[in-house]
Amino acid sequence: MATLPVRSVGHERLLKVRRSFTNHLVTVLAIVSTMVVLVPLIAVLGYLIYKGASSLNWAFFTHTPVPVGESGGGMANSIVGSGIILAIASLMGIPLGIGAGVYLAEYGAGTIFGEAVRFTADVLNGVPSIVMGIAGYALIVSKQQHFSALAGGVALAIMMVPTVARTTEEMLRTVPHAVREAAFGLGIPKWRTILSISLRTAMPGVITGCMLAFARVAGETAPLLFTAFGNQFWSTNINQPIGALPLQIYVYALSPYDEWHRLAWAGALVLIAMIMVSVTLVRIFASRGMLKGGQH
Amino acid sequence: MGVGIQVEHLNAWYGKTQSLWDIGLHIPANHATALIGPSGCGKSTFVRCLNRMHETNPTARVEGTVRIGDVDIYKDASPVEIRRRIGMVFQRPNPFPTMSIYDNVASGLKLNGFRKRRVLDEVVEKSLKSAALWDEVKDDLKKKSGASLSGGQQQRLCIARALAVDPEVLLMDEPASALDPVSTSKIEDLIFNLKSQYTIVIVTHNMQQAARVAENTGFFLMGKLVEFDKTHKIFTNPSDKRTEDYITGRFG
Repeated sequence: MATLPVRSVGHERLLKVRRSFTNHLVTVLAIVSTMVVLVPLIAVLGYLIYKGASSLNWAFFTHTPVPVGESGGGMANSIVGSGIILAIASLMGIPLGIGAGVYLAEYGAGTIFGEAVRFTADVLNGVPSIVMGIAGYALIVSKQQHFSALAGGVALAIMMVPTVARTTEEMLRTVPHAVREAAFGLGIPKWRTILSISLRTAMPGVITGCMLAFARVAGETAPLLFTAFGNQFWSTNINQPIGALPLQIYVYALSPYDEWHRLAWAGALVLIAMIMVSVTLVRIFASRGMLKGGQH
Repeated sequence: MGVGIQVEHLNAWYGKTQSLWDIGLHIPANHATALIGPSGCGKSTFVRCLNRMHETNPTARVEGTVRIGDVDIYKDASPVEIRRRIGMVFQRPNPFPTMSIYDNVASGLKLNGFRKRRVLDEVVEKSLKSAALWDEVKDDLKKKSGASLSGGQQQRLCIARALAVDPEVLLMDEPASALDPVSTSKIEDLIFNLKSQYTIVIVTHNMQQAARVAENTGFFLMGKLVEFDKTHKIFTNPSDKRTEDYITGRFG
């Protein structure tokens, strides 16, 4: 047994004070950092509610924009338009992204092609969103000779794929090998094991990844500028230009009219609320059917 | 009913390292056979060759013949078919974490496309009873996750899951090494009862365990089968000096 060096009582006391001081210092630093992060977030949200809520009324949700000078009007077409574009983007981007993630984690690990796909996904993740708009324009708009909701959805879907793919891959990698082995040991084929065991075990993380990707593209303006284009009138046709909240906010915020500025604030508030509500709904829906003591 | 296993000239490699050298033995049907030996001696690799589980490692390679009943598993069948006939229980309990107790037991059937509710109910009950777990879990079969059980219960759940697909052989790779003594003795009782219906191969580090549950014992050393005989003979009068050194604790 090693013995501790003998120290004087006074020295012990000094050490104690120093330790407790360091301890408090670190705690205070952590709290201050949290505040620094939270203050802008709360300020933005608070200001948005303050400015936006006063312009919100029933007409905002039920009416389409009115010409300058007339009062009233709303963003009904843009709210529905955003919904349609995001639905198209999610329906295409999420399955593709999950499929790519499954490939990366379960089949492509260690292969040259797998590495290439992973690298491409990471690069794609960092590509400025306006470039995605140009891609959507080149791929669809210039071929069809007109702007459309579909083109906007595709542009956003391309943005979602890398995020969804990489989180799916990461989450599948956290599924213990022992769980896969158990399935193989039962004579369950590989594709079944991936679908019903690995993906199901990784599901909470995969859903988080999808929600992150969704929330990110829901607020995108640049990719929609030359794909969905925007529309002042009611439209639900995916082959026609369509309004979208970020586009409408952009147009109204740049305008010189006070009435439009107020509508832009309201639009921003509604956009944030839409994202929060959809993310929360998915979370509630996904957590149903979870069992007691499920995740370890 | 269980079937016998005939192994001839079995060699196995991981990458360029040979880990099994010319193994040959006969495992009789409806008996428990124990495999003992120091860590890294190849006994786990050997049982994984019996249900082609080693193939989940892409660098693994095997030569030789393994006959389960009258099926040459490397010639006549796919790995998936083989694994349905040969159940496996692993060292660490590995229930499917997102599934209920019921779904864990039913998984082998359900995920292979079997959906008849009444039959599934019967199989789940029968398997949990065989694994001596029914009384402890029957009230929350569908409410609780398999991962919420204790370690010993989880291992019996894994045994029930393996039994549910009605295998002929049950491979157990150190099934009790992660468990406490009480759970261990439950698993041993279970092996003792199960061998009337299944051929059991159990890898163990615990020589007393081998002596308690198995009629035959094989001693592996550095990838070779040194000796294979009646358990009683291995432990009281081994033919090979190395076996004697190992079981008397002179090394390993």
